[in-house]
Amino acid sequence: MIFRVFEKKELKNFFEVLTVHNRIVGPVEAGRDKKNNPIYSFTEVSDFNNIKLDYTTTKLPAKRYFLPFHEDLSTFRIDNGDWQKTIDYNANQPLIFFGLHPCDINALNKLDKVLLHSVYPMPYYAAKRKNMFIIGIDCVPQPFCFCRSMGSDTALHGFDMFITDLGAKFFVEILTDTAYNFLKNIKKEEPREKDHVLYMKAVSERNKKFTTKVDTTDLAKILDMEFQSEVWKQWGDKCLACGTCSNACPTCYCYGVEETVDIDLKGARKTKMLHSCNLIDFAEVAGGHNFRAERHSRLKYRYYHKHRGFVEAFEESLCVGCGRCGESCLSGIKVPEVIASVRGGKVK
Amino acid sequence: MKPELKFTDVISQQEKTQKRKNDLSSFEYTYRAEITSAYQLTDMETLYRLQIINPDERRRFTFIPGQFLMLEVPGIGEAPFSISSSPSIHGEVELCIRKAGNLTNYLSKIGRGAVVGIRGPFGTGFPMEEMHGQNILLIAGGLGLAPLRAPIAYVQENRSHFKEVNIIYGTKSPAHLLFTYQYDLWSKDDINLNIIVEKADPSWKGSVGMLTETLLKILTGRDDAFYSNTYAIVCGPPVMFKFVCSMLNKFHIPMQKMFVSLERRMHCGMGKCCRCNVGSTYTCLKGPVFDYWTVMNLKEAI
Repeated sequence: MIFRVFEKKELKNFFEVLTVHNRIVGPVEAGRDKKNNPIYSFTEVSDFNNIKLDYTTTKLPAKRYFLPFHEDLSTFRIDNGDWQKTIDYNANQPLIFFGLHPCDINALNKLDKVLLHSVYPMPYYAAKRKNMFIIGIDCVPQPFCFCRSMGSDTALHGFDMFITDLGAKFFVEILTDTAYNFLKNIKKEEPREKDHVLYMKAVSERNKKFTTKVDTTDLAKILDMEFQSEVWKQWGDKCLACGTCSNACPTCYCYGVEETVDIDLKGARKTKMLHSCNLIDFAEVAGGHNFRAERHSRLKYRYYHKHRGFVEAFEESLCVGCGRCGESCLSGIKVPEVIASVRGGKVK
Repeated sequence: MKPELKFTDVISQQEKTQKRKNDLSSFEYTYRAEITSAYQLTDMETLYRLQIINPDERRRFTFIPGQFLMLEVPGIGEAPFSISSSPSIHGEVELCIRKAGNLTNYLSKIGRGAVVGIRGPFGTGFPMEEMHGQNILLIAGGLGLAPLRAPIAYVQENRSHFKEVNIIYGTKSPAHLLFTYQYDLWSKDDINLNIIVEKADPSWKGSVGMLTETLLKILTGRDDAFYSNTYAIVCGPPVMFKFVCSMLNKFHIPMQKMFVSLERRMHCGMGKCCRCNVGSTYTCLKGPVFDYWTVMNLKEAI
């Protein structure tokens, strides 16, 4: 691993060097909520001043850039009863992600496991994922974050470079040669012992700020045991089955496919749309039988996929603990509370 | 049953690796196929014969009984269907399809000569070679006979490799019976055909009742050798699985010799969309054919 430090003002220079030839996505303030707190969002930016690197968390993950909510898998030309299929992976140029938190980087690493490194790798995701340059940045843990419990509070790979605020300087961890070459454009130096001390101090300061915990000990097994638990029913009664949690989740990748005929009747398209296992039709089959017709069974399934099934398949949870689902849930259903209730046998 | 472990031959158990499973460009690739015949079986079900148009692709397209494919009509939709024809025919498949939604209703209107798209084959199949030298129970409820027609064809073509073969088939009424024109041929190949309907019509001379009644008659009073050397393939509506599997279990048919084919609505067939997940197992990758031990360990499978 290669480490460097640079003066804070150099980051702006770095951005400006990059923005000449590349598209950059970063966290910006998109508006204010009722309490006048900023609402952050990942958007394409061309002015460094618009990027808010001290952002708390974005309402929605950067998912739309690598798992679009709506995406054509293929199009058809229809002519005289015959047809030709054209496949487009919908990726045209690389994207720079300027300032992703460790949870969002870990979310990508988890998605890679199922979408890239399993059987039938998905070209639509691969084409976008392989064209990402990621600049990670340390976060300030929020009261709703439980990434520490999920082991996602630090990112070990899945980015090109990662910066940490040392006060007057930025500390940067360089993981790829691309990042190393890009950084030739700014003034930087090798970290000294005092920089190491500052880095470790920053890390321990950050660690103190994690307040929410989830007990994940033996969770996969406990979820299996508590499959019939009454608490699911109670959470199911609260759940509106709106699918907002999946929308806000950086790792929800489930989808549905629909085909439509173009208005001129000469073409057609096959469209992939992200779905949510909380929506009523998720497990419905032909003839109308629904394997998860009740809300609680769908809510439960979501927890089983995240905290049990993915663990079985990849030895880690699919949840990164970013807390976005709990923050956006209209009924206030939060992962730490749900898991605590399953472990404790009752809803508090 | 003797409490004795069987030796596992690791070489024969090796998974056959397919390039298609790791190739990015095959993900959305569709074989163009022509509907060469559409044969109406009942009011609701039609048997479609599809032939892959490209001769090279036709040669390469093989499947094992129990696997499914994704059938696509551009602009109308794409859905999974289990293959219900003989696995020894390459590049040509038969699908028994019930009118149930947009795609299947549209299919029933276009018929012979139309060009559709197919992807696959996907999923697991019935381990037919493992069953050599054994008795087989093929148990189907309603449309469940469609996926069983592939193993039935395999049994017919390799009849000498199997001992006693029974088909136990139950439907709502005689009008719902599928593949009636094949029953004589099955019988001539020494396959016992046991048909039972829930509700008879005036012309019906066979058994009336539930499928489990017929199964009970076949299973009762056999020796231990029969039970331990019998494979069962079960396919039908979810409610049927429970009754049939627990009956087979009661007679000590080994759990690893009982296979079920689960129905789910796949949108990709390749372990990505999650629509077919049971618990968190992808039916399209680990199934649709599961042995009963696996099913018992899945939540809400049947």
